[in-house]
Amino acid sequence: MSAEGSLKSDLMVYAGILAMAGVQIFLAYYRPGVIRMLLVAAIQAFFAVMFFMHLRDEKSTLRLALIPATLFVLVMMNMVWADSYRLIHLKPFAK
Amino acid sequence: MSEANLSMGHGAGGHGAAVMEERPFAVPSKKLVMWLFIISDACTFGAMLFAYGYVRNAAPDWPHHFESSSIINVAIMTFVLVTSSLTMLIGTRAAHAGDKSKALRFTFITVGLGLVFAALHLREWGSMIHEGVSLFQNPWGAPLFGATFFGVTGLHLAHVISGAIALTVVGLGYKRGRYNADDIEIWSLYWHFVDLVWMFVVPMVYLLNVAQ
Repeated sequence: MSAEGSLKSDLMVYAGILAMAGVQIFLAYYRPGVIRMLLVAAIQAFFAVMFFMHLRDEKSTLRLALIPATLFVLVMMNMVWADSYRLIHLKPFAK
Repeated sequence: MSEANLSMGHGAGGHGAAVMEERPFAVPSKKLVMWLFIISDACTFGAMLFAYGYVRNAAPDWPHHFESSSIINVAIMTFVLVTSSLTMLIGTRAAHAGDKSKALRFTFITVGLGLVFAALHLREWGSMIHEGVSLFQNPWGAPLFGATFFGVTGLHLAHVISGAIALTVVGLGYKRGRYNADDIEIWSLYWHFVDLVWMFVVPMVYLLNVAQ
């Protein structure tokens, strides 16, 4: 992290993240939907990781070591959804 | 790497060459360890939230009971936690700039905001428990709602409280000269991560279950 980093950019990211939190609350009442909500959360997380955690200032090898591996694990977890919907409709396992 | 170091590396044989090898990620080892902890913790929280979603999808009577007062409380908690990330950033910048008193002041403001967040969260838990929600039952529907709600928010709350303790220890160590600005920055990564996780907990646990 550079000592000469700008407080102005920190404040802009802070305001942006809070604004997106407001958007999420608006969506909850007027346009509820899990994909929309999580998309906004992912944008918030991107700004938090890149600007608050300063991953954008790190060497690209560190970004490449951390981000794809984490995303791969999280994406692979999505395979549970089919089974959760099967349960609610009480469908048998596919043969 | 300086020329002197390079020549030492070549001259000292295999072992010396390994010592002088450049760090592949160009970060201190403690910082790399914190990043590795963070990605493993991200997977832990991911698994918790996926389990929450699984149970929610599979339950025909999942409760949508969060009234406006709960959502206002969550909005305040979000504001407090995101603001604590900002104060942590200011503290970290001050530590790197050598302004020890400002760094300490903002680190402890961050700890204070973390404790405010924890207090708001515990107050909300108290009111839900008072209404009859427990780990295996709730008055509004699916019994597993309580287990998943307290599981996800409890894991996050445990991170906030342990982060506040860690920042206090590191802040006091920094004051005494035991720790330096890098240590403040490394623990700030943890604090920002706790903030980041909350950004996913809020929509999944609260906003998708708003009482319309």
